[in-house]
Amino acid sequence: MEPSSAGGRPRPTGGLELYAWLFMRVSGALLLLLALGHLALMHLINNVEAINFAFVAERWANPLWRLYDWFLLALALVHGFNGVRVMVDDYVRSPGLRVLSLVGVYGLTLFFLVAGSFVILTFQPMAGG
Amino acid sequence: MRVKLRIKRFDGEGDREPYWAEYEVEAEPTDRLLDALHAVKWYQDGTLSFRRSCAHGVCGSDAMLINGRNRLACKVLVKDLGERITVEPLRGYPVIKDLVVDQTAFFQKYESVKPYLSPEGEPPARERLQTPEQRERFDDTTKCILCAACTTSCPSFWSNPDYVGPAAIVNAHRFLFDSRDAATAERLAGLNGTDGVWRCRTVFNCVEACPRGIDITRAIGEVKKALLLGRT
Repeated sequence: MEPSSAGGRPRPTGGLELYAWLFMRVSGALLLLLALGHLALMHLINNVEAINFAFVAERWANPLWRLYDWFLLALALVHGFNGVRVMVDDYVRSPGLRVLSLVGVYGLTLFFLVAGSFVILTFQPMAGG
Repeated sequence: MRVKLRIKRFDGEGDREPYWAEYEVEAEPTDRLLDALHAVKWYQDGTLSFRRSCAHGVCGSDAMLINGRNRLACKVLVKDLGERITVEPLRGYPVIKDLVVDQTAFFQKYESVKPYLSPEGEPPARERLQTPEQRERFDDTTKCILCAACTTSCPSFWSNPDYVGPAAIVNAHRFLFDSRDAATAERLAGLNGTDGVWRCRTVFNCVEACPRGIDITRAIGEVKKALLLGRT
């Protein structure tokens, strides 16, 4: 008899924890590039003293830079959020405190994501003058 | 050589708090710590309790926290531990007495991964054959002796006793990657939850603790990969 090579055939899997785990890895790698790019632009290519309203307004005239900054914001925020969520899962064992912490973490993340996106998307250089 | 043993003791039926007891024994440098514990129990204080069975590193009964690390008392030599040795029960499980902990939860997690071969179809007239390569795929995780040294060294487990733990994942791995086994989907589904493999933060304490030298974090990583890609 030939040895069987069939083995078990698992169904494709999914689930929040799997995607959260994958997201942490992918966003971590992307953030490394985005943050290094940000660092180079803001601290090496341009002097910190040269960064003012006009600088930002000029930069954000190009929608691609807005997209870059939005990705930096969203990825960093959600990456950090998931880290805290996982820590709450690990360490906060009392049910009441757990609900409270999770509501706080989800709430703050959503607030900052909305507020940040609002600024990035609706910024009008002319209005500021 | 004279060896000072500092042992964390606790009697669930009498003591409110654990306390440190000190014993001095004469030991050969090549004696195992288990021999020193025997010297205490047999000649100084018969009330000291600890588990041991085969005393040769195979049965997995005498894992304990030795000088701050999870080791088998029967596998570690006195000369490698120094003249002052601290011995504590494994962390994360209730202490029944002295160095004996309640491992009920440990074995419940073990059972939850269905640690037995579940082949498909009618049994063949002779053995279920497997190539040497197919056997090699899960060789590392067959070495587990269920001593609980890995799980009780894991910070994820300390903070969350619901975490299935490295030992159970190692034993799931042993069957997940076995070409004869057909319960892959079922096992993977059980490990995909909040308290499954995703609780592993790759701290590597388990690898450091394993007396069998199993590459546990790698095995857990392979299970994560199997979940992600949907194949083993």
